[in-house]
Amino acid sequence: MVNIIWFLLVSISIIYSLLTGNISAINDEIILSGKSAFTLILTMLEVTVLWTGILRIAENSGLLRRFAKIISPILSKLFPSIPMGHESLDYISSNVAANMMGLGSAATPFGLKAMKSLQELNTNKKVASDAMITFLVLNTSGVTIIPTTVIAMRMAFNSHNPSEIIITSLIATLCSSIAGLSLDYLLRRKNR
Amino acid sequence: MSHFVIPIVVLIIILYGIYKKRNIYEDFLDGAKEGMQLIYSIIPAILAMTFAINIFLKSNVISVPLLLLKPILKGIPMEVIPMCLLRPISGTATLAILNNIYSLYGPDSFIGRLSSTIQGCTDTTIYVLALYFGSIKVFKTRYALYVGLFADLIGIIVSIIIVSIFFS
Repeated sequence: MVNIIWFLLVSISIIYSLLTGNISAINDEIILSGKSAFTLILTMLEVTVLWTGILRIAENSGLLRRFAKIISPILSKLFPSIPMGHESLDYISSNVAANMMGLGSAATPFGLKAMKSLQELNTNKKVASDAMITFLVLNTSGVTIIPTTVIAMRMAFNSHNPSEIIITSLIATLCSSIAGLSLDYLLRRKNR
Repeated sequence: MSHFVIPIVVLIIILYGIYKKRNIYEDFLDGAKEGMQLIYSIIPAILAMTFAINIFLKSNVISVPLLLLKPILKGIPMEVIPMCLLRPISGTATLAILNNIYSLYGPDSFIGRLSSTIQGCTDTTIYVLALYFGSIKVFKTRYALYVGLFADLIGIIVSIIIVSIFFS
């Protein structure tokens, strides 16, 4: 998928520029793109290293697990098909917690473990279960409290208030989560 | 108010760590090291995507479909459309676009704030679905994709409304 998209982005841009006589700008861009990638990598490096460090403190001290316990009553309401105390709920809540800190890549290992554990409960191994779909909706529309990477990038570009977008992101992500989970709920009931 | 969120989260985490008698400094270094490896492993992807996105935006080829879309998408800044379209597939591609928007318009412009908010409230839905379901070899994903994309769409619409209200 990404393979095709990458090919299309590059080839269409070059062919279109050849046709419109814009090719010298593309030439410059190809030479310079390494530099703008490098600033992006540096920004991401700073923020990811810092937050994976802080998240590790929360993980090792048991704060993450404690937090998971607090949200687990809400989660078991969202996942009626998972038996109480099943390990998949732990993985799901750790995944949600990492997503809340805006650390999508740190959330992935928990997410993959959650899927594996949900597959054990799944009756038809080739077809997605209700719980898996709900989990993915929760994950992809997931409530982000601190969009860390975005804030760091804003800081790198000298924003006057890099964290001012926390509130707007929070409202938007809450709406998208509620909308996604509601649609999921309706479809789940309809399919029964 | 948004100034308080990060410092308070950090404070709670380190206070709890000390309270539980952990060596929080060691824990931090341990996690940070893993974050370092994580970034190290995605450097090639960032380079590849920044390259593709930068020449794509520079070639201005996007203006052709946008011309057709413009009457339908009234009121939406055109600069964020490529970001919305690529968002479900590639996180690095959208970061590259965000990088581009910040350097052209600045992070404190309307477009800068809007794209920041969209980035914060949406996810790489198609990528995550492929990765998660692929890992357990589930091929029939039923309605998962539609619900995921629907949630992202709602996120984008709400972002436009809320940023317009909040920062006007």
